[in-house]
Amino acid sequence: MTQQEFRTVQGGRIDRDRPLRFRFDGRDYTGYAGDTLASALLANGVHRTSTSIKLGRPRGIFAAGAEEPNALVQVEAPFPEPMLTATTVELYDGLVARGLGGQGRLATDPDPARYDAVHTHCDVLVVGAGPAGLAAASVAAASGARVVVVDDRSEPGGSLLGTREAKALDWVASVAADLHANPEVRLLTRTSAFGYYDDNYVVAVERRTNHLGASAPAHLSRERIWRIRARRVVLATGAHERSLAFDDNDRPGIMLAGAARTYVNRYGVLPGRRAVVLTTNDSAYAAALDLLDAGVAIAVIADLRPSVSPLWTERLADRGVEVLAGYGVERVVGEERVSSVVLAGGREFEADLLLVSGGWNPVGALYSQAGGKLRYDADLGSFVPDGCREAVAVAGSANGTYGLAGCLAEGTGAGRAAVEATGFAAGTGRELPAADESPVTPPAHTWVLPGDETVQFVDLQRDVTVAEIRRATGTGMRSVEHVKRYTTAGTAHDQGKTSGVLTSGVVAHLLGVDVGDLGTTTFRPPYAPVSFAALAGRDRGALHDPIRVTALHAWHQANGALFENVGQWQRPWYYPRDGEDLHAAVLRECRAAREGVATMDASTLGKIDVQGPDAAVLLDRLYTNLMSSLKVGSIRYGVMCRPDGMIFDDGTVIRLAEDRFLVTTTTGNAAGVLDWMEDFLQTEWPDLRVHCTSVTEQWATIALVGPRSREVLGTLAPDLAVDNDSFPFMTWRDTTVAGLAARVCRISFSGELAYELNVNWWDALALWEAVLAAGAPLGITTYGTETMHVLRAEKGYPIIGQDTDGTVTPQDLGMDWIVSKKKPDFIGKRSFARADTGRPDRKHLVGLLPDDGETLLPEGAHLVEMESLPEPPVPMLGHVTSSYHSAALGRPFALALIKGGRDRIGQRVYAPLGDVLVPVTITGPVLYDPEGKRRDG
Amino acid sequence: MMLIPCPWCGPREEAEFHYGGQAHVAYPSDPAALSDEEWARFLFFRDNPKGPFAERWNHSASCRRWFNVVRDTVTNEILAVYKVGAPRPVLA
Amino acid sequence: MAEQTMIRRSPLAPAADRLAGVGSATGGAVTLAEVPFLTQLNLRLDPTGPAAEAVAAELGVALPTGPGSASAGEVTVLWLGPDEWLVVGAPGTEGELEARLRSAVGDAHASVVDVSAQRTTLLLGGARARDLLALGCALDLHPRSFGTGDCAQTLLARAQVVLVGREAGEFWLLVRASFAAYLVDWLVDASTEFTSTELTAG
Repeated sequence: MTQQEFRTVQGGRIDRDRPLRFRFDGRDYTGYAGDTLASALLANGVHRTSTSIKLGRPRGIFAAGAEEPNALVQVEAPFPEPMLTATTVELYDGLVARGLGGQGRLATDPDPARYDAVHTHCDVLVVGAGPAGLAAASVAAASGARVVVVDDRSEPGGSLLGTREAKALDWVASVAADLHANPEVRLLTRTSAFGYYDDNYVVAVERRTNHLGASAPAHLSRERIWRIRARRVVLATGAHERSLAFDDNDRPGIMLAGAARTYVNRYGVLPGRRAVVLTTNDSAYAAALDLLDAGVAIAVIADLRPSVSPLWTERLADRGVEVLAGYGVERVVGEERVSSVVLAGGREFEADLLLVSGGWNPVGALYSQAGGKLRYDADLGSFVPDGCREAVAVAGSANGTYGLAGCLAEGTGAGRAAVEATGFAAGTGRELPAADESPVTPPAHTWVLPGDETVQFVDLQRDVTVAEIRRATGTGMRSVEHVKRYTTAGTAHDQGKTSGVLTSGVVAHLLGVDVGDLGTTTFRPPYAPVSFAALAGRDRGALHDPIRVTALHAWHQANGALFENVGQWQRPWYYPRDGEDLHAAVLRECRAAREGVATMDASTLGKIDVQGPDAAVLLDRLYTNLMSSLKVGSIRYGVMCRPDGMIFDDGTVIRLAEDRFLVTTTTGNAAGVLDWMEDFLQTEWPDLRVHCTSVTEQWATIALVGPRSREVLGTLAPDLAVDNDSFPFMTWRDTTVAGLAARVCRISFSGELAYELNVNWWDALALWEAVLAAGAPLGITTYGTETMHVLRAEKGYPIIGQDTDGTVTPQDLGMDWIVSKKKPDFIGKRSFARADTGRPDRKHLVGLLPDDGETLLPEGAHLVEMESLPEPPVPMLGHVTSSYHSAALGRPFALALIKGGRDRIGQRVYAPLGDVLVPVTITGPVLYDPEGKRRDG
Repeated sequence: MMLIPCPWCGPREEAEFHYGGQAHVAYPSDPAALSDEEWARFLFFRDNPKGPFAERWNHSASCRRWFNVVRDTVTNEILAVYKVGAPRPVLA
Repeated sequence: MAEQTMIRRSPLAPAADRLAGVGSATGGAVTLAEVPFLTQLNLRLDPTGPAAEAVAAELGVALPTGPGSASAGEVTVLWLGPDEWLVVGAPGTEGELEARLRSAVGDAHASVVDVSAQRTTLLLGGARARDLLALGCALDLHPRSFGTGDCAQTLLARAQVVLVGREAGEFWLLVRASFAAYLVDWLVDASTEFTSTELTAG
C-alpha cells in the first residue's frame, strides 16, 4: 500500500483521523474522509486515470468537479456503476474502481439499493451554495419564505471551499447553520439540479448514501429525485474554467489552474512538485500563489496578454517566480505525465504539472434550459445571461461577476428581489464578510495557439481536435450546432462544460467571425449524468405501473390462476389443473361452458350510471343504434363510433328506469368512454340534463355460463323465476342471490345460456363461493380470459381493440344491423356516407380455417393471395386478429380482417409463417351455432 | 412539466390533465348538410400554429371539467384560461 | 354454504396486518389503517339551483362551492367538481342517506348514486404523514396550503385519490377499490424511508 506522498502536512477540509482504504486499477491506496476519488488519487501521485476513447492517448485528472472531461471511472464495488467522474465520487472505505477509456459496463445483478422521488414546493429555489447562492438564501430565508437551496458538492461554500478565505468560510458556516435551523428552509447538498422545465419546475438528483459505500442504511433511498416547483428561482451556478487549444494539451499533469487550487486548499493535496502556469487572465495568479504557499514550485507563468498588472508580477517576483507576458506554450514533453513545457521561442521548463486557464464560462445550462438567452460579453470573453421568460434571476459568477464582493452583493440583491416578488418582506441575512478585491486586468481573448492542429484538443473526452473542427468548417459548416454533430464535440458525459465555449471560439477563429455571432449549442437536460435507477425511483418491479385487481383476486391467486394483463387490470387467464398447459386447460374450460356450467370473474367491465331526463337522448346520439326504445327491464348491445365512423367501444346498455341507464364498456376503455360522454355533455350539448357517474368498482360481476347455468341460478335465487319465458334473453332482474342483493342480467358473450350476476364489491367473494358451492354437483368450472376469447370468437363476436384497431367501421365487422337508419344523426353517421367507408375493398372481419386442421395461426400473421411469395413488395390482403384452438370445432380457427373478405368466403389464401405459406380458407365469422339455438338453454 | 391553472381546482401539474386538441371546433349542427369535403375538413384538419394556440384540456385526474387554454406553442406559456362556451379572449 | 363466508369483505381486509405494520416499523412516524364500508354517495346537481339549497338544509351543511369539504355530524361532503360531491357517512347508512337526498332534491335534475363500494378509505397519520405523501403527490402539502378540511382529487404515485385533510394532521385517502392494493404496496414501500432506526440499530 502506497503512502500519500503528495498530501500536504496540514490543512484542507479532509479528516486526517479517518483514513479510508480503496483500490484503483488493481492497486491499493489510502485517502481520507472528505476526499474525492480524484483527490485521493492525486495524493498518491496518480494523475493518469485512463486512455482516451478514440485515440487511446493517456489522460489524467483535469478538473475538480462536475466539469471533469477526462477522469471517467467504473466503480466495481460495493456495487458496479459505470461512467462516473473521479472528481465527483466521494471516497469511502472499500471503494474499488478502475479507469475507463470512454465506456463502462452495466451491472448484471439487480441493484439492491432503493431509489425514490419527492415533490417539494418553495417560494424561492436557490441553485448553488457558493457565495452568491448563500447570500441569496440568507436574505430569502430571513424573510420567512419557504426556501430550497441545492448544491452538488458535499458541503456548502462553492468556490470558497477551494480558497483560504477564512472569514468568508466562517460566514459560509454561519449561513449554513442558519439555513439548517430554519424549519421553512431545506439545504440539500450532494444534489445536482439537472433539469429546468416549464413554469419553474426544477428537477434535481440527491446522492443521499452513495458516499457511505457498503455501510449505507438499507431503508434509505440511495439517490432521490427532487421535483421542485418554485415561485422564483435564483441561479448561482458559478463558472467553469476553460482550457486553450495548444499542442499536446491533453497530457496527464495538465490541469485547470482553479482545480489545482482546489486540490491544494480543499483536499490538502499537491497536484505536482513543480508547475508551469499558462493563462489568459488574472485568476491563475491566485492559484499560483496558493500552490507556492503549499510547497509547489512555480517554474514560470506564461501569460498570453502583452502586459500584466504589476500587482501580480511584483507579488510573484517576491517569491522568485518569473512572469512572461505575451508568451504561450509551444509544446509539452512527456506522454504519460508532463515532464517539461516548452514556451514559444523555445525556452524549456522542467515541470510535472501544467496549470491552464483559458478564461471562465458562466454556467448557463439551466438558464438556457429555462428558455433564457445568452449573450457574448466581449470584455469577459464569455457568454452571460440575457433575459428569460421564467421567474428566474442569475447571480454571481454564473452572471459573469467574478469577484467575491460582487458575488455576495449580487446574491443578496437577487435573494431580496425573489422574496419580495413572492410577497414577503425581505429579511436581513447574515452580515457579509469583507472581501478584498484586486483590480482586474481584462483577459486575453485567445482560443488557439500556433502549432500542430492534429494534437490540439478542444474536447478531451470526445478526442476532438482543432484539425477536426477545421475539417468541419472546411466542408462548409458555419453553425456550431452542425460542427457539434459532425465532430461530436460537446456530446460526452460532461456535455462540453469545459470545451463548449472553446469549440465556439475555435470555430470563430477558423472562420474569422465574431464568437458572439456564432453563439453556443443548445443546452438540454440533464445538466449532469443521472442514473436510470434514480429516474425510475420507486416505479420498478410490481410498482412500475398500477395493477388493478378485482374483489376476487386473492381467490384467483389461491386457486392457481395464471394472470393476463388487460389494460392495467390483472385478470385470470386460465386455471391449470394437474400440470395442464394453456391448451389443455382452455379446452377443458371451454367444454364445461358449452356442455355443463362454468363461471368467470367479469368484474373488470367498465360501468357507468347515466341519469337524467335526457339520458336516452344522450345514448341515442352516442350509440349507432337506438337506445331510447329500450324498455325498462331490458338490455341492448350497442356500439359507439368516433365522428370518423370508426368503432370506439362496445357494450351493453341496461335500462334501469325511464331516466336511468347502466352502461357497460370494455375493460380497458371505461375511463375513455366516461370522458367521451362528459366531453359531449360539457362542450357540445350542455343543454342535455344528464349526469354520468363511474360505478365500475361499485359492482362485482360474475358470469354464469352454460346449458346448466339456469339450474345453478335457480338454486341460488329462490325468489327468481328463471324459466325462459319469465326471464328472457337480454332482460335483467333485481333479486336476492345467495342471500345477497343482486342484479341478474341475461347476457351471453359465448352463445350459451348465460347470466351476469352483479353484487356490490364487498359481497363478491360471498357470491363467488356460493356459486361454486351451488354448482359443485354439476361440476362447475372456473374459466379465464383465454376461454372467454375462444367462446366469443367461435361465435364471431369481435373484441374492440383486438379485432379492431381504430380503422374499422361497424359495417366492416358485418354489423350493419347495429347502425340505425332511423335516427337523424349519431356520432359517426355522416362518415358512413364518405367514399372511403363505402369502398368495396375495405377490410372485413371473417373467419379462417387452416386447411390442415392443425396449424394455430399466430395473431398478427399476414395474409396473402399467392401460394408462393413474389419479389417484394408483396401485396397484403390483411391479417389475423384472433386465433385459438376450438374444443367445439375440434380444430384451430381464427378471425381476420381481409380486404373484401365477405366477397372471398370459400376462397383459399395463405399465411406466410417463416419459410412456409400456410393455406387457409376464408369462412363467415360465426363458426359455432350459427342459428343461435343454444342461447336459451 | 407545465403548471396548468384549472379554472376549478387551481394550478395543477400537467400530468393530471388530458389534452383535447384545438378549441372552437364545434361538432357540426347538421352533419348531413355538409359536403364530403366540408365533413373531412371537420374530421381531419386542425391548425398547427407557431405561437398562441387555443386548445382544450380536461382535468381528468380531478374535477373532470373541460376548459380552454391559449398556450404559446413556442414557450409553453399559458396566456389565457377560459371556460367552455366562452369566446377566445383577445390578447394584447 | 358456510355462514361466515357471507360476511362483507372490504378491499383492504387482506392488507390489515401490513398496514398496521407500518406504524410499528416507523415507531408511529407514519400510521395507516383502512376505514372500511363508509357510506359514499355521488351527488350531482346544479350548485346554484334549489336542489343545492334543499340538500344543504337536509344535511345541515352547505355544499362546498370549490375545492374543500364540509361536515355536519357524521356526514362529510367532499367537493369533487363544480356540480359534483361525494357525501360520506357512517357505514351502513347508504340506503337511508340516499333516500334523504333523493327526497330533498325532489323533481329537480340531480343524480344520486351509491358508490360506497367504489372506493375504500385509508386513514394516514403520524408526524411524517405529509413527508410520505410528498414522495408521490405533486400537490403543495405545506400546512399553510393544505390543512384540516381541505380536499383535493389528485394523483398519489400512479393512482387517482381523493385526499382529505382531517383533524390532528391526519388524512383520508379515498382510492378506487381496484387500485387499493397497488396503493397499499406503494405506501408500505414508501414508508420504509421512515423506518425507526431505534428498531433497526445493530
